[in-house]
Amino acid sequence: MKTIELNNISVSYITGDFANTGLKDILIQKLKGTYVQKEFMALNNITFSIDKGELLGIIGTNGAGKSTLCKVISGIMRPTEGTMAVRGSIASLLELGTGFDGDLTVKENAFLRGALLGYTRDFMNKTYDSIIEFAELKEFEDRKFSHLSSGMKSRLAFSIACLVNPEILILDEVLSVGDGAFRKKSEAKMQEVIGGGATTILVSHSLAQIRRMATKVLWIEKGKQIDFGDTTEICDKYEEFIKKK
Amino acid sequence: MVENIKAQIHQIKKYQFLFSELVKRDFKKKYKRTVLGMVWSILSPLMQLAVMAVVFTKFFGRNTEHYIIYLFSGNLIFSFFKDATNGGMHALMQNANIIKNINVPKYLFMVSKEVSACINFGLTLIIYFLFVAVDGIPFSLKFFTLLYPIACLVIFNIGMGFILSAMFVVFKDIQYLYEIFTQLLMYVSAIFYTTDIYPPKIQLVFFLNPVYNYIAYFRSVVINGVIPPLWHHGLCLGYALAVLIAGMVIYKKNNYKFMYYI
Repeated sequence: MKTIELNNISVSYITGDFANTGLKDILIQKLKGTYVQKEFMALNNITFSIDKGELLGIIGTNGAGKSTLCKVISGIMRPTEGTMAVRGSIASLLELGTGFDGDLTVKENAFLRGALLGYTRDFMNKTYDSIIEFAELKEFEDRKFSHLSSGMKSRLAFSIACLVNPEILILDEVLSVGDGAFRKKSEAKMQEVIGGGATTILVSHSLAQIRRMATKVLWIEKGKQIDFGDTTEICDKYEEFIKKK
Repeated sequence: MVENIKAQIHQIKKYQFLFSELVKRDFKKKYKRTVLGMVWSILSPLMQLAVMAVVFTKFFGRNTEHYIIYLFSGNLIFSFFKDATNGGMHALMQNANIIKNINVPKYLFMVSKEVSACINFGLTLIIYFLFVAVDGIPFSLKFFTLLYPIACLVIFNIGMGFILSAMFVVFKDIQYLYEIFTQLLMYVSAIFYTTDIYPPKIQLVFFLNPVYNYIAYFRSVVINGVIPPLWHHGLCLGYALAVLIAGMVIYKKNNYKFMYYI
């Protein structure tokens, strides 16, 4: 059985003025008969499957739908069409730096994030010291979170998130966190988790990283699946595509 | 069945830590570590009460026994309702960044807001009973029946929170419309006037307003020392459950659609 299986997955957003106007405008538009719904296909017919222990790289230019795909696989979003099966516990690390509270201290935020990621209180009490040490933020722990630099914020986020031990790991651009030294450290840490046998999905703009790590590659462009398969072959094609652009 | 209950208990345990962290966060944010913080949240309804008492006692207070308590009962319940539902309305949007990137049940954010509104209400309730004592109303065991309308109101507020937060995700102008709505609701909740100036049939119309039910229950027990009739209990619970069920249905149906608008 495949660990992750997607069949003809599509996601369409309703866009246009709808989300920006209010109830009053919608009512008036409906009365006048000028109300139109625009649809935007964020993902269009994506089909692929990967086995246990594989590392899938997802590539594509900005706005291709990579992040949306990650959200669908991690269960945050439901696809509008298609069927899928994801077998195993999932940890998805998406947009690490967001969702913290600027008014709370670094320590309080660490506990909140741990709770959000499904850790227990005991686990957080036990691992908090090593988290803050890994993030190199010991002297900042009682400062307001909003006082941290953006690099520090993502360092903290990564340090909390990398403690997971899932069967499926979804990484959306999280291996490019912090400065050079921290990046090395974080990549080594992630390799440890991946090496533990986790099936991994990696979104990255670094083609070198994809070539080095991925066993399969999915290339999407404007929501459409361009290709899926062998790493070297698709990376070569993608590189050519980028050059021509 | 047993499996189902086990799964449910597991679910609650799983999110217990997250829930307590969310409550802590909302609480800390609300009081922002300022000196006045918690004092302010008591002071503000008291000031409102003072102004109303000064203005309205001349008009409505002459024939009403314990007019201050009459006013306070209305204010207490209505501000709880307003606080809790306003907080609930914003709960999803305020946590949009979390909801977008982490797979957690969304209702937790809403219920945590309700808890911080309850804490606030609890503090004001203590002041309320101080006023009751000072106004010369002896303490009675009947006061414990007040737990019933409070419990119903909490359920009612959670239901309203579900409905409002779902609407707020899609329609951003709902917050202004709701402000107008609560203002109008306040005027028909008989907070500063008594309903006995109307004929008995019209008086019953007031019970169509859920918030008035809870206020009337409080007044009946505290001021008149009378536990309301059974139909009144039924209305309190009926409104609460109806709104809660409606809210849950809306939530369940749109749970995954929220993502498109946040």
